[in-house]
Amino acid sequence: MAEFEPVLLKRIQKKADPFLDAYRADGGYSAFAKALNDMAPAQVVDLVKTSGLRGRGGAGFPCGLKWTFLPKDHPGPIYLCINADESEPCTFNNRILMEEDPHQVLEGILIACYAIKSSRAYFYLRYEYGKAYRNLQRAIDELYANNLLGKNILGKDFSCDIFLHRGAGAYICGEETGLIESLEGKRGWPRIKPPFPAIEGAFRKPTIVNNVETLACVTHIVDRGVDWFKSIGIAPDPKNPRDAGSYGPKLYCISGHVNTPCCVELPLGVTVRELVEKHGGGVWKGRKAKGAIPGGISMGIMTEAEFDTPLDFNGPGRVGCLGLGTAAVTIFDDQTTIPDVLFNITRFFAHESCGQCTPCREGTGWMWKIMDRLRRGQGRLEDLKILEDVSKSIGIMPGTTICGLADGAGWPIKNALAKFRPELESFIRTGEKSRAASLQMVGAH
Amino acid sequence: MAFLSEALRKKIEAYIPRYPSKQAVTLPALHLVHDELRCVPREAIKEIAAMLDLAPAQVHDTMTFYEFFREEHNPLAETRLWVCRSLACDLRGGEELLNHFCHKLGVQPGGKTKDGKITLEFAECLGACEGAPAVMINDEHRHNVTTEMADALVGELSR
Ligand SMILES: Cc1cc2nc3c(=O)[nH]c(=O)nc-3n(C[C@H](O)[C@H](O)[C@H](O)COP(=O)(O)O)c2cc1C
Ligand code: SF4
Ligand code: FES
Repeated sequence: MAEFEPVLLKRIQKKADPFLDAYRADGGYSAFAKALNDMAPAQVVDLVKTSGLRGRGGAGFPCGLKWTFLPKDHPGPIYLCINADESEPCTFNNRILMEEDPHQVLEGILIACYAIKSSRAYFYLRYEYGKAYRNLQRAIDELYANNLLGKNILGKDFSCDIFLHRGAGAYICGEETGLIESLEGKRGWPRIKPPFPAIEGAFRKPTIVNNVETLACVTHIVDRGVDWFKSIGIAPDPKNPRDAGSYGPKLYCISGHVNTPCCVELPLGVTVRELVEKHGGGVWKGRKAKGAIPGGISMGIMTEAEFDTPLDFNGPGRVGCLGLGTAAVTIFDDQTTIPDVLFNITRFFAHESCGQCTPCREGTGWMWKIMDRLRRGQGRLEDLKILEDVSKSIGIMPGTTICGLADGAGWPIKNALAKFRPELESFIRTGEKSRAASLQMVGAH
Repeated sequence: MAFLSEALRKKIEAYIPRYPSKQAVTLPALHLVHDELRCVPREAIKEIAAMLDLAPAQVHDTMTFYEFFREEHNPLAETRLWVCRSLACDLRGGEELLNHFCHKLGVQPGGKTKDGKITLEFAECLGACEGAPAVMINDEHRHNVTTEMADALVGELSR
C-alpha cells in the first residue's frame, strides 16, 4: 500500500511558517474563496454532509448532518462555537494544529460560518494553551488586516468575526453545553438536552459546536472534494444500516510507555499495534505492553491482546470500549499495575465532575476512594461489587446524569473489572501495595 | 475612588461589544484582573459586577466554579508553576516530579514559596503529553522535565 500522505499535518511536518503570507503561498484560503465565490451556503453544507465527515471531538456525530439541524430561514444570529477546550487526558492534537498551523483551522471556521450563515464565531480555548492563544490572535489580526474577516469579506455579502475566549481550567467546559454556559459567563454546568444547541445554544440562539480538527477537515474537503475524503478510511459496514462510516484522515496521539510519544496523521482505522510499533517506536525500555487507553481515558481500557483492533468509530466498541473518543492512545507497560492506572483515572473524574448530578458527584468520589484504598493494599473484595454497581449506574446511558462525563468515568472501571479482575482480586487478597502507593508523596491530595 | 485602575476598566469595557450579553464578559474580566493583581479581591468583584450589570454574587459564583482564580487572602506568587499529574505524565514520572518540586520548594501543591516567587500547583492533563512529564509556567509548556531541569527551572524562577 502506498504511504499515506498527511494533509492536516502537511505544513506542520515541513515546519512551514504558521502565518498568513506563507499559508497563502501554500494555497491557503483558496478553499474558502472557492466556497464563497462558487458555492451557495447550502451547497457547502451538502458537500460536508456527503463527505461523511464525523466530529473529531469525541462523539463522532456526522458534521454536515448536525449543520442541517439549524432552523431553516432563521433571522439570526446563528453562532459557531469552536471547541478548543481539549482537556481529555492524553489528547493534544488540537494544540498542535492551533500552535503550528492556525490558519488551516481559521479557514475551516470561515467556511463553516459561511455554510451555516453565522457571522460570529466564539473560539473557546482552554487557558493552558498560551502559545496557541497568541498564535491564533496574531493570525486573526492578520485576517482582519487582509479583508478576510470583518465586513464584506473579499468584497462579498458575507461578514464574519472570530473572538477568542479563554477558559479557566475546567474539563467540563469541553462538553458542548458546559462550554456554552461558560462562554455566557456562568459556571460550566452542562444543560439538559433537548433542546440541542442547534436549536437553542449560546445566548439562547441556534449554535453549532465543532471541534478544531473537525473544522480543519472542512478546509480540505472543500479544497480536495468528497471523493478524495472518502478514499481515506473505512466505509460503512453494509450489514449495519446505522453505521455512518469512518472516512478521512485522523490525528492520533500516542503517549505513555512508548519510545517516541507523538501525534501522527493516518487514515481512520489504523490499529493500536501499528501505532505503537511503527509510530511510537515500540514499548519503552524493551518491555512489553500490558494495555492501552484507546481514545482518552473516558473510552476505557484495551488489553495487549486487543491491540489489533482498528481505531475507527466502530472498532473500540467491539472490544467493550466506549468508542474512538479523541483517538489518543496511551500505552502502559507490563510493570504497571491496574490499580495505579485506575487510581489516576478515578482521581481525574472525581476532580473534574462539575457536581450538579448527585450520582456523578458522589459516584466519581467513591470510585476514587475505593481505588486509593485498593492500591494501598487495604481493599476489600466487596469493593469490587461497589465499583461495579457505581460504574454501571452513572451516566447518560443508564439515564442518571446530565452529561457524558459520568459514562466516561464509569467505563475504565467496567473494562478493568471485565478484563483485569484477577489482578484486582489478587491485590486485595495479598494486601500488595502498588508502586505509586509505596512512594512517599508529599502532594497527597 | 474606584478600586480597579482606569486602564484595567478600559480593557474590560473593550470586551463588552464582543458579546450579546454583558455577563459573557465575566471570564475575560476575571482573567484581566487576576493576571495583574494575582488574585481577584472582593472590591474587584463588586466593580466587575457593576460594570456588567450583575450582582456581585453572580460574578463570585462563576469565579469560584473555576478553581483557577485566587481570592485576596490567597494570592498567586510571581510565577505559577503547574505540574501535570494526569495519566500520560504519571506513567513517565509526573507524580515523582511533583513530589520533587514540593521538596525543593518546601511547599505543598497550592502553596507559595516564602520569597513569594513561585506558586506550585498540580494540574490535570496540560495537553502536552508527547512531552511527558510536562509542566506549565504561567501559560507556557515545558516538555520532558527531568529533576535536573526542574532544579534549573526553580533557580531561574527564583531569581
Ligand atoms: C465531559 C465531556 C468533555 C468533552 N470535551 C471535549 C473537548 O475538550 N473538545 C471537544 O471538541 N469535544 C469535547 N466533548 C464533546 C463535545 O460535547 C461535542 O460533542 C463536540 O465538541 C462536538 O464537536 P464535533 O462534532 O466537531 O466533534 C466533550 C464531551 C464530554 C461529555
Ligand atoms: S454528569 Fe457529572 S459532569 Fe456531567 S453534568 Fe452531571 S455532575 Fe456534571
Ligand atoms: S497527561 Fe500530562 S500533559 Fe497530558
